[in-house]
Amino acid sequence: MQQDVLLKMKDITKTFPGVRALDHVSLELQKGTVHALMGENGAGKSTLMKCLFGIYNKDDGHIYLEGKEVNFKSSKEALENGVAMVHQELNQALKRSVMDNIWLGRYPTIGGIAVNERKMYKDTMAVFDELDIHVDPHRIMSTMPVSQRQMVEIAKAVSYNSKVIVFDEPTSSLTEEEVEHLFRIINMLRDRGVGIIYISHKMAEIKRISDYITVMRDGQWVATRPAAELEMNDIIRLMVGRELTNQFPPKTNQPGEVYLKVDGITGMYNQLRDVSFEARRGEIVGLAGLDSSGRTETLESIFGVRTRKNGSITLDGRPCLNRSAQESIKNGFALLTEERRATGIFGVLNIRDNTVISSLKRHKRFGIYLSEKSQREDTQRYIDAMRTKTPSQETKIRSLSGGNQQKVIIGRWLLTDPEVLLLDEPTRGIDVGAKYEIYQLILDLANKGKTVLMVSSEMPELLGICDRIVVMSGGRVAGEVDARSTTQEEIMTLAAKYV
Amino acid sequence: MANPITTLRNSAEEFKQLDAKDKKRTITDSILNNALYILMLIFVIYTAIERPNFLSLGSLANLITQVAAYLPLALGIGGCIVLTGTDLSAGRVVGFTAALAGVFLQKADFANKMFSFLPTVNIWWILATMLIVIAIGAVIGLVNGFFVAKFSLHPFIVTLSTQLITYGIILWFFSLNGNNGQPISGLSAEYKDFVGGTMFRLGGVAVPWYVLYAILLTGLMWFIWNKTTFGKNMFAVGSNAEAAKVSGVNVFWTTVLVHTLAGAMYGYSGFIEGVRSGSVAANTGLNAECDAIAACVIGGVSFVGGTGKISGIIMGVCVLRLIFVALTMLGVDSSSLYIIKGAIILCACALDMRKYLVKK
Repeated sequence: MQQDVLLKMKDITKTFPGVRALDHVSLELQKGTVHALMGENGAGKSTLMKCLFGIYNKDDGHIYLEGKEVNFKSSKEALENGVAMVHQELNQALKRSVMDNIWLGRYPTIGGIAVNERKMYKDTMAVFDELDIHVDPHRIMSTMPVSQRQMVEIAKAVSYNSKVIVFDEPTSSLTEEEVEHLFRIINMLRDRGVGIIYISHKMAEIKRISDYITVMRDGQWVATRPAAELEMNDIIRLMVGRELTNQFPPKTNQPGEVYLKVDGITGMYNQLRDVSFEARRGEIVGLAGLDSSGRTETLESIFGVRTRKNGSITLDGRPCLNRSAQESIKNGFALLTEERRATGIFGVLNIRDNTVISSLKRHKRFGIYLSEKSQREDTQRYIDAMRTKTPSQETKIRSLSGGNQQKVIIGRWLLTDPEVLLLDEPTRGIDVGAKYEIYQLILDLANKGKTVLMVSSEMPELLGICDRIVVMSGGRVAGEVDARSTTQEEIMTLAAKYV
Repeated sequence: MANPITTLRNSAEEFKQLDAKDKKRTITDSILNNALYILMLIFVIYTAIERPNFLSLGSLANLITQVAAYLPLALGIGGCIVLTGTDLSAGRVVGFTAALAGVFLQKADFANKMFSFLPTVNIWWILATMLIVIAIGAVIGLVNGFFVAKFSLHPFIVTLSTQLITYGIILWFFSLNGNNGQPISGLSAEYKDFVGGTMFRLGGVAVPWYVLYAILLTGLMWFIWNKTTFGKNMFAVGSNAEAAKVSGVNVFWTTVLVHTLAGAMYGYSGFIEGVRSGSVAANTGLNAECDAIAACVIGGVSFVGGTGKISGIIMGVCVLRLIFVALTMLGVDSSSLYIIKGAIILCACALDMRKYLVKK
């Protein structure tokens, strides 16, 4: 058994000023297995991986790769030794082509000077064929959806002939179908004897794909067990250290009369065609569909940050033009965007500035002056209401965890007093505990009579929290289902209708 | 508000708990983060020892006067830098508005008066001139802002173009009415008094009125940056324009206004520069933007965008002027002066960037 151990991390300890991020954590990865690493945000999963890749210097402990002690200084060194990582937040050269990104830092050359484009293309295609990825190697990264960019990242890891591949939240931006594809790739790699560390919050996936599960909590190792021995509730209990009886809060909202009508929206520069649906007061409507089915575009068109060719939006019988974000906010709309880092947070600004930016007129005095005191009060109210974990209001938002950043942005929108909330993947990259809180928040809003439109790639989430689900396919509405009575199969069938 | 003494005590406690390696890092960090000020202090002490009258009231008055002259320009450009942009047209706009102010406020009996039809100079005409040149600066800034915001052009390109265009206009202006490119002189005594007249004396050195104007402008800019919707929006756009747009910030108008405000500040600077230079030449204001940008960067207005403080800009201008005054007193020739200035900007930028790099 011993010779099958591919990677061994022993007693890894890492301290940051004031926090013990890792406390003697050990992990053993066998050849040809998928080892899931689980834990809430802040449990130390990422820190452990960063110690492996030399992004952080570990204070103590040893790492052995195939029995030999290693101590990587950078992720490049790790890569060259066959340890690769597919990051949750992709760091890619977006203006460059797919193959440029794959061979970055090790371009094949002719005579050591000119880059051998032809070999690059051939090698890229070879890897893509092997993994059954259909992407043009010449395509520019920024023109592709996140899911395809992620596939490229995986191809890159494979192209290094990696022995160990770490997947950090690989499915957070993938649709069900793409997840299947990813799992096929992972299974193939496993059969080849690659050791895989799989970090995810999604229980169902973990149960399906992994052989072993290691759970961490508060920087400590909690348990490592064969996946077959653990039930979902066991994992959750280990992760949070308490029984989490339900993934979703009880549904208490009572949909009222029809409030929002979206009629025949067709996009000027996108694939949307004749999108129509209604939503009631106090109703949570889910938007389901595959990637690029037009869910995000629908929300953004309603909010006026994408140009519509045709179609109308009415709120309570009153037409809303929503030609820009300002106008939409005035009309009572709010949009929580999908890519938090790119279009949500103001990284270098503090929590307070991030909270009040959309509702500055609440703080205006004498028509010009912004009251510091009322900004402080509003911010504090939402820090308390959302239980945002932050040292102070003056903390820069980028130093918070994803879940807490999301809470700040939700707070920003609630301060604009919206009637219709457009939520695009509101729980992406957020741990189980915080997810529950966000669900509760959404339900509370519906209870107050707000209309919620919510896009999610996690089907259980839509089924668990929505009243009705509008399924989109190929830029059109493929059908509507009642969340209480529908099944995942029914939604999948609809989602494939116009593909 | 946290009690500063407890905060200090807490950080001392935290510091004690660190191990040797972290302690060393913390110390290096704090030295590097304040390196500029530490170097300044050493420099001031050295100069004071070499030239004892460096630490006199007169020299302080001199420093204040110089800071007041350069500060408005830096305050204007600071906004552009917060938006991750820059402004290369500042110097030429100063030159143009200085020339305009000079011509508008020439002595009535001056032999080479360019436009004889202009009214005789009195306080109202001086104020009107000031508003006119500020408005002209603002219009040039508006053009900058419009092209930056409307066509998503980099401010470097846009302001490079307006810099050239403005210079062309200056040259054309200087050849009007048979002036033939001659410097504009013969400024009226009223104008000179209004700007450069003695407000009070400090250690025997006159402190001019424009120090007061600079203080008022700084207060105004502080208010705009920190207490208005426009200011908040400016920082949001500089930090993440996409997020700002989705959050309902009017990115277009914010960008246009930041540049317009900057242009207005250049216009005001031109009004002051007219008197300071005595006679306005075609090259007045040349490269003024370099000093202003340098001051902002030294003061921590980062090209990363979304960060910067008025107090930082004041510090930046002070540091640059202090070096200038001290080096002049030490008798350093002008060629070395440029080399030293360049080196300081480079160091300041490197040290500033250090703060934004994510530590790994």
